[in-house]
Amino acid sequence: MSPQINLEEQFQAKIDAEIKIEPKDWMPDAYRKTLIRQISQHAHSEIVGMLPEGNWLTRAPSLKRKATLLAKVQDEAGHGLYLYSAVETLGISRLQTIEDLLSGKAKYSSIFNYPTLTWADMGAIGWLVDGAAIMNQVPLCRTSYGPYARAMVRVCKEESFHQRQGYEIMMTLMNGSAEQKEMAQDAMNRWWWPAIMMFGPTDSESSNTEQSVKWKIKRHTNDELRQKFIDATVPQAEYIGLTIPDKDLKWNEAKGAYDFGAINWDEFWNVVKGNGPCNKQRLEARQNAHNNGAWVREAASAYAEKRAKRSVTAEVA
Amino acid sequence: MQQQDWPLWEIFIRSRQGLDHKHVGSLHAADAQMAIENARDVYTRRMEGVSIWAVESKYIHASNPDEAGAFFEPAEDKVYRHPTFYDIPEAIGHM
Repeated sequence: MSPQINLEEQFQAKIDAEIKIEPKDWMPDAYRKTLIRQISQHAHSEIVGMLPEGNWLTRAPSLKRKATLLAKVQDEAGHGLYLYSAVETLGISRLQTIEDLLSGKAKYSSIFNYPTLTWADMGAIGWLVDGAAIMNQVPLCRTSYGPYARAMVRVCKEESFHQRQGYEIMMTLMNGSAEQKEMAQDAMNRWWWPAIMMFGPTDSESSNTEQSVKWKIKRHTNDELRQKFIDATVPQAEYIGLTIPDKDLKWNEAKGAYDFGAINWDEFWNVVKGNGPCNKQRLEARQNAHNNGAWVREAASAYAEKRAKRSVTAEVA
Repeated sequence: MQQQDWPLWEIFIRSRQGLDHKHVGSLHAADAQMAIENARDVYTRRMEGVSIWAVESKYIHASNPDEAGAFFEPAEDKVYRHPTFYDIPEAIGHM
């Protein structure tokens, strides 16, 4: 037996025994690569995810809503950082990871390539988009790579507030005027399908799922999580009088879950490939933020250097 | 583009007076002051801390995980270091 095979077997045995993998432990190259791709995509999604909501910060309808939205956007920045730190433990530099986003090489969740047209979108995003994200993230708290799992525990603790404040926005609108109700339903109509697509391609089309489940990076398949999300969300919509924009949606007593209509995968792949309504705008916003902040980073480095020199001079004296 | 990352810092937080500082994660910062201020914004947004330590990651020395088995083996067969190794009559009560 070659030593390489032996190492891989030992690695899989650890995974099977639910022993977490830590940064300096031996791991197969493909495991490392999969994690770098997945965690960095996840981090980029948090960072780009600030943009659609940032659009409404200055136009929130009350001071309370504004404070809430600011706190939520700040949380997304924090989540991005936890995840960037986790990905860095796999041996890729922070600069490289960020460069991969800015050059368009790395992907982020397609949901953030849709525009936020009305205030109700802040409700729909919190409730549906963060709701779908939570469905994905809760099992990731038990993912096999230690730093990723620890980052996810932190993220999940903070995420629940995001979903609740979103649902509360929708609820408030649904208790309001005819125009407000219409606005909420319009947001529902636009966000429902993209939210359902957040779970990724259907299992038979998902090339990475099988290996990721074996390595316990993923604990559930895309379709399992999508079904769970739909089953949890339909009653929440009904409770506040929102209609789910899917004429094929109906309760299936035999399977104890909802049946739902066909997903438009052409739209999904089109947005993934960069042709969504806001792909270009989002990337440009990130590039501008990075470039326009260059002088701040340079000034901070220069200041740190000056202070370090000064303290050396003081010691010598 | 920036040519180099700022140094990496490991962040430790005391959640309450009387408890240990505990490792919570890492971040990049130009200097210690910036590391502590950023750590406040990243790791204590919900009153998770009353004190922060920032240690530049390069100063942390770690045991080698590949040698963990042999390295920690000496403690494995010393059950007599635990209180439950000793049988005390029940009549004595808690000891």
